[in-house]
Amino acid sequence: MHRRPAFGVVLGLTLAFLLSACGKEAPPPPAPKAEAPKPPPEVVVKIGSVAPLTGPQSHLGKDNENGTRLAIEEVNAKGLMIGGAKVRFELLSEDDQADPKTGTIVAQKLVDAKVAGVIGHLNSGTTIPASKIYHDAGIVQISPSATNPKYTEQGYQGAFRVMANDVQQGKTLGDYAVSKMGAKRIAIIDDRTAYGQGLADEFEKAAKAGGATLVGREYTNDKATDFRAILTSIKGKKPDLVFYGGMDAQAGLMVAQMKTLAVKARFLAGDGAQSPEFIKLAGPAADGVVASSPGLPLDKMPGGKGFTDKFTAKFGPIQIYAPFAYDATLTLIEAMTKANSTDPGKYLPELARTSRQGVTGPIAFDAKGDLKNGPITLYVVKEGKWNPLETVGGDAAAPAAAPAPEKPAAKPAAAPAPAAEKK
Amino acid sequence: MDIFVQQLINGLVLGAIYALVALGYTMVYGILGLINFAHGEVVMIGAMVALSVIQVLVASGIALPGPVIAALGLLAAMPVCMVLGFAIERVAYRPLRNAPRLAALITAIGVSILLQNVAMIIWGRQYHSFPALLPSTPHQLAGATINDLQIFIVLLAIAIMAGLLYLVHRTRLGRAMRATSENPEIAGLMGVDINTVISITFVIGSALAAVAGVMISAYYGIAHYFMGFMLGLKAFTAAVLGGIGNLAGAMLGGVLLGVIESLGAGYIGALTGGFLGSHYQDVFAFLVLILVLTLRPSGLLGERVAERS
Amino acid sequence: MSLFFDRWQQLKRDPRVVWAAYIALAALLVALPFVTDWAFGRAWVRILAFALLYIMLALGLNIVVGYAGLLDLGYVAFFAVGAYFYALLASPQFGIHLPFWLLLPLGAAIACTFGVLLGAPTLRLRGDYLAIVTLGFGEIIRIFLVNLNAPINITNGPQGINLIDPIKLGGFSLAQTHPALGLSFPAVYNYYYLFLALTLAVIFFSIRLEDSRIGRAWVAIREDEVAAAAMGINTRNVKLLAFAMGASFGGVSGGLFAGFQGFVSPESFTIIESIMILCMVVLGGMGHIPGVVLGTVLLVVLPEALRYLGPLQQALFGRVLADPADLRLLVFGLALILVMLLRPSGLWPSTVRRRELSADEDVARQEQATVYDASR
Repeated sequence: MHRRPAFGVVLGLTLAFLLSACGKEAPPPPAPKAEAPKPPPEVVVKIGSVAPLTGPQSHLGKDNENGTRLAIEEVNAKGLMIGGAKVRFELLSEDDQADPKTGTIVAQKLVDAKVAGVIGHLNSGTTIPASKIYHDAGIVQISPSATNPKYTEQGYQGAFRVMANDVQQGKTLGDYAVSKMGAKRIAIIDDRTAYGQGLADEFEKAAKAGGATLVGREYTNDKATDFRAILTSIKGKKPDLVFYGGMDAQAGLMVAQMKTLAVKARFLAGDGAQSPEFIKLAGPAADGVVASSPGLPLDKMPGGKGFTDKFTAKFGPIQIYAPFAYDATLTLIEAMTKANSTDPGKYLPELARTSRQGVTGPIAFDAKGDLKNGPITLYVVKEGKWNPLETVGGDAAAPAAAPAPEKPAAKPAAAPAPAAEKK
Repeated sequence: MDIFVQQLINGLVLGAIYALVALGYTMVYGILGLINFAHGEVVMIGAMVALSVIQVLVASGIALPGPVIAALGLLAAMPVCMVLGFAIERVAYRPLRNAPRLAALITAIGVSILLQNVAMIIWGRQYHSFPALLPSTPHQLAGATINDLQIFIVLLAIAIMAGLLYLVHRTRLGRAMRATSENPEIAGLMGVDINTVISITFVIGSALAAVAGVMISAYYGIAHYFMGFMLGLKAFTAAVLGGIGNLAGAMLGGVLLGVIESLGAGYIGALTGGFLGSHYQDVFAFLVLILVLTLRPSGLLGERVAERS
Repeated sequence: MSLFFDRWQQLKRDPRVVWAAYIALAALLVALPFVTDWAFGRAWVRILAFALLYIMLALGLNIVVGYAGLLDLGYVAFFAVGAYFYALLASPQFGIHLPFWLLLPLGAAIACTFGVLLGAPTLRLRGDYLAIVTLGFGEIIRIFLVNLNAPINITNGPQGINLIDPIKLGGFSLAQTHPALGLSFPAVYNYYYLFLALTLAVIFFSIRLEDSRIGRAWVAIREDEVAAAAMGINTRNVKLLAFAMGASFGGVSGGLFAGFQGFVSPESFTIIESIMILCMVVLGGMGHIPGVVLGTVLLVVLPEALRYLGPLQQALFGRVLADPADLRLLVFGLALILVMLLRPSGLWPSTVRRRELSADEDVARQEQATVYDASR
């Protein structure tokens, strides 16, 4: 009888041993460095990418990872010299499961692996606690998609983002709803996530300041599929515009259900909904829906079309944030090249001074690390496709200036008429 | 007034959806006393398999009417789910029949995680749009709208409940099921092949899961590898509310939960003078649940049974 | 085999051996962060700290589920209450910065109150009905945390609370690197040692509880509530006490979590988290402290260890065949199933408990027979 617990111990120890044996496999990954015979020494520089790769948001996480991967593969293919050595970048991708605790663990993991910089995380909820760890370790972090203003308000030197934050975007959307869409009675729905609620609150402020009345404020969650109850109560309040702060899957179903309930109001949403998935899910009801997305229209940017083609060929359709992850990675690498060092301490000043043309728009950071005067483009769905309506902010000159600074190295430049194209 | 009617209809349809899943849940519970956490994932697999078949059919360009395509999808999903249900019971639950009850709960959770991730590998991480195959002509009813598909879902849930009630209370197999549920050992002594009976219960429950999966995906127009989790949780709540193990209870619990959620989302704001809003919908639902269980500790239609353990 | 076994039994009783074992264990635990850091990297020290945190949580839940036999699927609520309590009173949220030594016991007391709050309406419920109500309770707490940013901003809603004060003991801040004895102690180490000390305290407390009058009352209720009541046990109070005790452990670990992480948001307190804690308790062996500890360590370490599936494949096959992110949770699910199939009473069940739990009379009788044999 007493043998059983002993067996338990043995089993436990064996398992623990097996695990630690697994664990020991950890250090070897940077092994394939052995090809010595090349004349210029090759250095492997690791770049971390963190996003949820399992769970309900994993499609977005994989999208970010792939954006970073594409950028790294391109740079590696070209070959880059930094500090007199040929540099080969290596992607270290980690899954944070959109969980703040796991986020800090993988952050520490990347710090242990001595990454030169981190592209991530996807959610604000994981980005903020992780940023503390990167900051303590002196590692630079660029988030492609965390839009919570607090992320850059912590006073960390090395925390950047390449996307307009909730305040900037919410304000743009609120102004647009009132001045361009002529909304007077507005209903707002958010999904009670840091992103959705943050955006909806900023939208509300701007729309109210513009003179619109808030007739209804409803809430759902980021896993919901049935919105009929809140839509019905919104219908009773007769709004002329419904704003949704949340992601594409919910927005798509919401628009479809609005149609079946005959809610006659325009639908407006943020970047979380500005995806091809949204159109697929909303079906015919998608027509006329307006959504914003930070940056400039991808296919009108130099290299933008090329990016879309390459990405699609390799990984399938872009979900939402892949271009931003791609831009963030290239921005990071450019700063390294300029500083001629992959040491965060050395290239950080260069990164702060960044001024480059990314596929999502001009990239420059303000003192906090937010995207400086980031342009925001509004899109409308027409015949099953997102069509750019207009771009707000980002120095109105930006779209016109866009083709100029970086010579359109990409074949036939796909951006001849962007300035005239405003509808 | 029309808003109120509309909310009732919303709740009724949502409730029928919960009931579709809860019926399968409760059936397994009724016979084994096991919370089959993996049931939601079987629903998901059903939806995904049907979706794959439907996508192939649609892409092949064969001109079939929508409902026929949907039926073919369902026809493909059902055997897959049945085999899956059979396998889950055989591999993950049967060996634990005499083990502590929580052990089976943990394997159920394990199966659930496993199925989710297998589905993620097979069907990818993205949301899939489920083609609108079933007719959804809207009808006016006291100022509110209800469409064909919604009516069909409610009728289907009722029909399935009726069918199961008939099966359990009027057939030989049903008698064997009830006997097994009452006392497996004595049932075994009386000549009931309890292993077969339990397997059949799982197979039927899984076939129902396939039906639920296809209907839910067709109704919302979406399918995703993670969809089973929330559905399973809601169905579990519904089943407990009605009295877990009781088929009519699952139906009643489902509909009640749906209506409570709808009315909650629609009227909490007005009831509390705008202090609370639709974000407290689930709080409202759970409070009703706690209240019901405080008054009737075995659910609305549950029998008062001595603790099995 | 039996000779070895006898020898082992003899050794186990020798006090010198016991003391040596304790000292070795203590040395191991003290040296662990250094060894781990050196061998696997600092992230693993962080994982160890989280493992300790979860041991406290699991031991708390063990009181409710393991001792008193009340299935609780909303245990994470108490973790949340403890974490938010600490976060609100030691952060810029309200500009209040109370010291750690005050917040920790207060947090435990608040969580304890919530435990009673949950316990009171559920006294009459049994089994799965209790499970669903506790699950609902967990969700209700989370929903309030998500939504209490309006009309008055209390919890800051989905945005969570940031810049929470790190834990300070007197003037000693755990968040800084401290040199001592010629070694350097970075923040994670400090937290590890604090968590270790508290975990040991919780284990000690649990052991004492188990052997106490209350502990026996819990077991009696778990086995047969009616009989327990007939024996003069006040089942209401004893059950409430189980909820309260379990909850206060949760509250303590919540406070530690907030201070350690520096950020709390409702995302950390979902149902899945409750289910995971339950898995830790059951997987290791309900009601048996070493089992719970083992189960917790495994469940915290396993998903992290499975991250090496990529490098492992690289080493075995020379390339990565399947995306490790795809496989990680799949293998985790599989492991849960396999462990339960092979060891239905948990990896390291208590001997008494296992006999009691066997539904099958024959097994129980057989085991009694073996006990008899062994003692002969």
